[in-house]
This record gives sequence, C-alpha cells and structure tokens, in this order.
Amino acid sequence: MTETTKKTGVSRRTLLKGTAGLAGLAAGSGAITGFPYVMSAEPKVLRYLGTAVNEGDDISKQCLKDTGIKIEYITATTDDVTKRVMTQPNSFDVLDTEYFSLKKLVPSGNILALDAKKIKEFDNITPVFTKGETPGGKKIGGQGTAPWKVLYLEGKDSKTFSKTPTEFVTLIPTVYNADTLGIRPDLIKRPINSWSELLNPEFKGKASILNIPSIGIMDAAMVVEATGKHKYADKGNMTKDEIDLTMKVMTEAKKAGQFRAFWKDFNESVNLMASGETVIQSMWSPAVTKVRSMGIACTFQPLKEGYRSWASGFCVSKGVSGAKLDWAYEFVNWFLSGYAGAYLNRQGYYSAVLSTAKAHMEPYEWAYWMEGKPAEKDIKAPNGSLLEKAGAVRDGGSYEDRMGAVACWNAVMDENDYMVRKWNEFIAA
Amino acid sequence: MDTSQDILQQASPDLVRGSDTARPAKAARLSPSFVSWLQAGPMMLVFLAFFLIPLVFVVIVSFWDYNEYQLLPAFSGRGYTDTFEGCIAQLPDLCTIAKTYLKTLKLCFLVWAITLFIGFWVAYFLAFHVKSKTWQMGLSLLCTIPFWTSNVIRMIAWIPLLGRNGLVNSGLMKTGLINQPVEWLLFSEFSVVLALVHLFTFFMVVPIFNSMIRIDKSLIEAAYDAGATGFQTLVNVVVPLAKPGIVIGSIFVITIVMGDFITIGVMGGQQIAAAGKIIETRVNALQFPAAAANAVILLVITFLIITMMSRIVDIKKEL
Repeated sequence: MTETTKKTGVSRRTLLKGTAGLAGLAAGSGAITGFPYVMSAEPKVLRYLGTAVNEGDDISKQCLKDTGIKIEYITATTDDVTKRVMTQPNSFDVLDTEYFSLKKLVPSGNILALDAKKIKEFDNITPVFTKGETPGGKKIGGQGTAPWKVLYLEGKDSKTFSKTPTEFVTLIPTVYNADTLGIRPDLIKRPINSWSELLNPEFKGKASILNIPSIGIMDAAMVVEATGKHKYADKGNMTKDEIDLTMKVMTEAKKAGQFRAFWKDFNESVNLMASGETVIQSMWSPAVTKVRSMGIACTFQPLKEGYRSWASGFCVSKGVSGAKLDWAYEFVNWFLSGYAGAYLNRQGYYSAVLSTAKAHMEPYEWAYWMEGKPAEKDIKAPNGSLLEKAGAVRDGGSYEDRMGAVACWNAVMDENDYMVRKWNEFIAA
Repeated sequence: MDTSQDILQQASPDLVRGSDTARPAKAARLSPSFVSWLQAGPMMLVFLAFFLIPLVFVVIVSFWDYNEYQLLPAFSGRGYTDTFEGCIAQLPDLCTIAKTYLKTLKLCFLVWAITLFIGFWVAYFLAFHVKSKTWQMGLSLLCTIPFWTSNVIRMIAWIPLLGRNGLVNSGLMKTGLINQPVEWLLFSEFSVVLALVHLFTFFMVVPIFNSMIRIDKSLIEAAYDAGATGFQTLVNVVVPLAKPGIVIGSIFVITIVMGDFITIGVMGGQQIAAAGKIIETRVNALQFPAAAANAVILLVITFLIITMMSRIVDIKKEL
C-alpha cells in the first residue's frame, strides 16, 4: 500500500511538470501571435466586441470597402460583454457597450477613453448625449445612468466622470433607443396609455417582464410609479427601501399569477407575443418589428409616463496603441459618417450623428422613421424585407416625440448587489 | 501488492483470477502497474487540468470579497452570508436559498422517479424482448432522437404544442372536454418536468440497458424453472442485477437536473427558481465570489445526494 502511495506521488509530480510545460508552450505561442499588426504588410484588423445590435454584416463589408479595415465581430450579451472586458481586456480592440456599464468598466481601468478632438463629427453628435435634450430643445429625463452624466472623464487616465465637457470621452455614442411596453392591440381591444396596465388584473396570466435584473428593475419601477404607490427620487439609483418596495409589489403580482412568463432573450419575447401567451410585456423595438413582420398585430405602445431609454457607444481596450489606435479612430469616424447610422435608423434604432445618417437615407425613409410621418412608400428593412406598408405611421411618432418623452435610462445602482439578491428572491417567490 | 491487481481485486475477484492466468503471456516487458498508469494517465491529466484545478479556484474565490467591478482577494464569508440572508430572521418563512433548493430538489425527485420508471421499462424491453442485436442497436439509437435538435429549438417547439393556443389545448377544446384553455400545460412545474423527462430519460435507459444485457439469461431460466412468477423474477433477479445501471443512470439524471437552469428557465417561464439560475444571475452581475459560493453549495448538496445513493449500492463492487 505504501508503495502505491509513493508511486502516485511521483506520477503527480511528473504530471504537474507536463502541465507546466504545456502552459508555457501556450503562453509562448500567444506571445508570438500577439503582435503581428506591427508588420505593415498585415491587413488592418480590429476585433470588435459588442452586442448584436450594431454588428451587421453589411456594416463590416461597407467598412472594409471604404476604409480597408477588417472588422472581426465578437458577439455577446450585454452582461457577457461586461464580463469579458473585466476578465479578458486583451481579447478585443474596439468595445461597443452601453453607458450604464461604465460605472463598472471605468473603475476597472480596462478601457481607454477616446479623444474628442480626433472625432470629426463630434460636434454634430445629437444633443441627447451632450446636453440631455432633443435637437428641438425638449429636456430629456435624466434618472438612471443618463449618457451625459458619464460621457466625459476628468483626464486621460482618470477614473472619475467629469461634470463639464472635456476632450476625454468615455464612449463615442453610436446607437440608442427608447423602450416601452409592447402590446397585442387585437387581443386587448382598448387603448393602453400607462405602465400601470402591466399589473392590471384584466391581463392576469397574460403579462410578462424581462428577467434581466438591471433592466427589469427599471421597468418594474416605471410600473410601480405609474400605479401611484411610490415616487422615486431616481429610479436608476434606488435606496434599499425602494428596492424592497418595488420587489414587494412585483412579488405580490407574481404570486397572484399576473405573469405568464418572464423572458430573457429577444426570441423568447417574440415567441411569447406572437403565440398570444402574453398580450402586454416589456419589449424591445426590433422584437415588435419582428412580431409584426409575422403578420401579427403588435404595438410598441407609447405611454404617458414616458420611455425607458438606453444608449451604446465605442471605446477601445487599454491594450490598444500605435497604429491600431489610429485604425480605431478611423473606424469610429467612419461609423459616424452616415452609412452605419442610416442602417441603424432603418432598423428602428437611432444614430448618434443625425445629419450624416440623413444624407444616406431616402427622404421618405427619413420622414417615416425620424419625423413620424405616414410612410409614402413601403418601408423595408436593411435586408430588403418588408417592414411596413405605405401609409403606416411609426409607433410613438417622431424622434422628438419619442426621445423627448424619455423618463429614465438603464442603470447600475449603488445598491446593485442588494438589488440582484432581491431579484433572485422575486424569482424564487 | 501492485496497483492494478489491487484495484482489480476490489472490483471483482473473478477478474483477478482471470488476469493471473493471463499473466505469463504479457509479463515480459512492461510492468502491469506502469501500463495501468499509462492507461489512466490521459484521463487523469484532463481531470486535473479541467476539473480539479478549476474547482479549487472556485472554492478559493468563494471566500473572496468583491465590489462592482473586481474581485478583492481578501478572505470574506460574504458570498455565503449573503446567500443565506434571512434564513433565520425570516423563520417560519423560508429564505430564498431554502425555497430555491426545495424547489430544485422537488423537480429533481419528480424527474428522477419518472425517468427511472420509463427508462427501466424501455431498457427492459430492449434487453429482454428485442432478440436481434441489430434491432437493439437501432432502437437504442431511436432513443437519442431528442438530442438531434438544439436545446433551444427543442424547448421552443413545446410552445405551439402546449401553449394557450397550442395543439393540445385546441384539441381538448374541440372535443368539448374543456371550455377554456388549460394554462398549466406550459410555463409551469408540469412543463418543466415534462421537458426534463423528455430530455434525460435516455441517460437512464443506456446504463440500465447495459446492466440488463449482461444478466446471464440462464439465471432467468433458472428462476422460471424454480417456479418463480414473472414478477418474482423481476424483483428478485432482474432488479438486483440491474442495480448498478439504475444507480449510474440516477446519478446522471440527478446531477444534470440539480445544475440545470436553462430548461427550467425556458419551460418554467423564468418564474421557477433553480439553484443554477442563482449562480447565473450572480455571474452576470459580476459577483463572482457570490456565484462561486453558490456553486460550492450546489456541489456539496449534489455530492451528499450521490453519497447517499452510493451507500445504497456499492457501485465499485457491482461494476
């Protein structure tokens, strides 16, 4: 028996040696492939980490054509993007992420702010981001992580957000939208105009909310405030008591069987709505479009309490420098130059620089998507599929009307940890 | 005593006797103990690199502290204390973690019992009623059909079947059995159990079939000759000899269901708590130590269940 033990010991040591050797080999090969871009003969390649929102094949193809930069998409969910920035900051070059993640990303020091002076169209970026108002001058609700609160850093390597404009921009804005509840007008058969309808017993067993805590809690807060139970100082930064209250209201509704299901990804939300399992639920704009393109009535219903908004933008990994950083600027400048903006506008999102996107869109498209006018011709998606027939009007109307009615922004709260625990409790209730 | 013999002796005295007779032929060059290490080596390496070392990290990290954006490598029991928050204060109401585990265990038990029942009879049919090897093979392959499509598609496919306007409901309404669609068919514990059983019965069928096929047919004939009824033969001969398969199948099913959160999420309409779901939520919120703590808790509980099962049957001895 003793002999056996000894033998085991020997082999284990040998094994460890082998493993260490392998690890060394892996590290070595990594180092070799780590810097091929120094050689000028190599093509310009940028690894682009982001959610699927901006990652159209058409965009990368056009970019290659216009700038010679090859974009390699790394697609992940919002949460996974954040996780990746934290744990593998060298696995990407350009980052496309949401403003609310900045509260986590900036202190980590894993991302590099971009220089506003090198962004050609920076001064043309919509005042939604820079001033918190629409081009028409409507003040936008600033609860939650509103982009203008986290747009600037105090210095190049600073970890503090600047209240006044500086040249160091955390994220160069790309895309944003205003979200609200989706409804099935054919099954509800009456006007809906408040977030409080989500908890209306009339829709018992036919309502849904999304099971992504950081976004779900915001929708829940919109609902609670609409029912008149509580007025939040800042829905995007609740106190523990407010979190308790919000979750209590939602838990009671859940126990009473109000919710048919919660959804976690885009396709689930489309399925629930299209199959008639739910008639009212939190939803995202392209999901509504998808349900409609299946020939099923679905409205992205404007509500009197306003929209919950979100916004994304570009920054780069801290590991990016030299020529690669120049390409990154070239790419961001290209992105804001119109083609990509028009592409995003045609999907029902909004582009950061409106003037350049407008130049890349047909006047009838601009009138439908941005001005809230009835479509003169059939409205087509970027891939050519029919979205709306001539005569249709966009839900919620014009850019001014929709963005002007934003009440709050996706957020990471100071009490995020507590909120996540309470959310788990809500799911378990 | 050399290792290979040691292990073999534990496993089965018959085999060792077999190897004794075979020894003179192969004893020439490599020592048998070296050969067995060589054979087990690759698996050990994989096991060490991809299971044991990561597991050690998980346990270490579970005792770290964290903030919004990073792990703080200082000892902290916060991952655990947060997890058991309210477990004493809320009594007699159950705390989140207790509720979650009760629910998970309940689902686990139901799925285990049903897959065992179905799996046993499918295996029984395959082993004793299907005579030709080809048919046995072909029918076993049929059992893998649920694995031919992706997990997500398979689960989405249940909606048109069990949904409010699905096939089952519209069928029942047409026959006049019900006036209103039955809601509990989908996004309920029923649908979760249904989907899990559909998925994992196969894991029960294979090991049980494997045990049954090795039962010496003459034993059954002997039982018959001795006047045992079919039921007596089943209880006294087949079940005891199929025990290793039953236990292995049970371990497969239980460990998978304990950790599942995707099927429970989709089929339960995200409204049913699962131990795995808590871990996922924590990971997504970048609260790695809390996630690790929950993973350790899940591991301990699953390990306890398996230990209990291997108390009932000594797998090592039976194999």
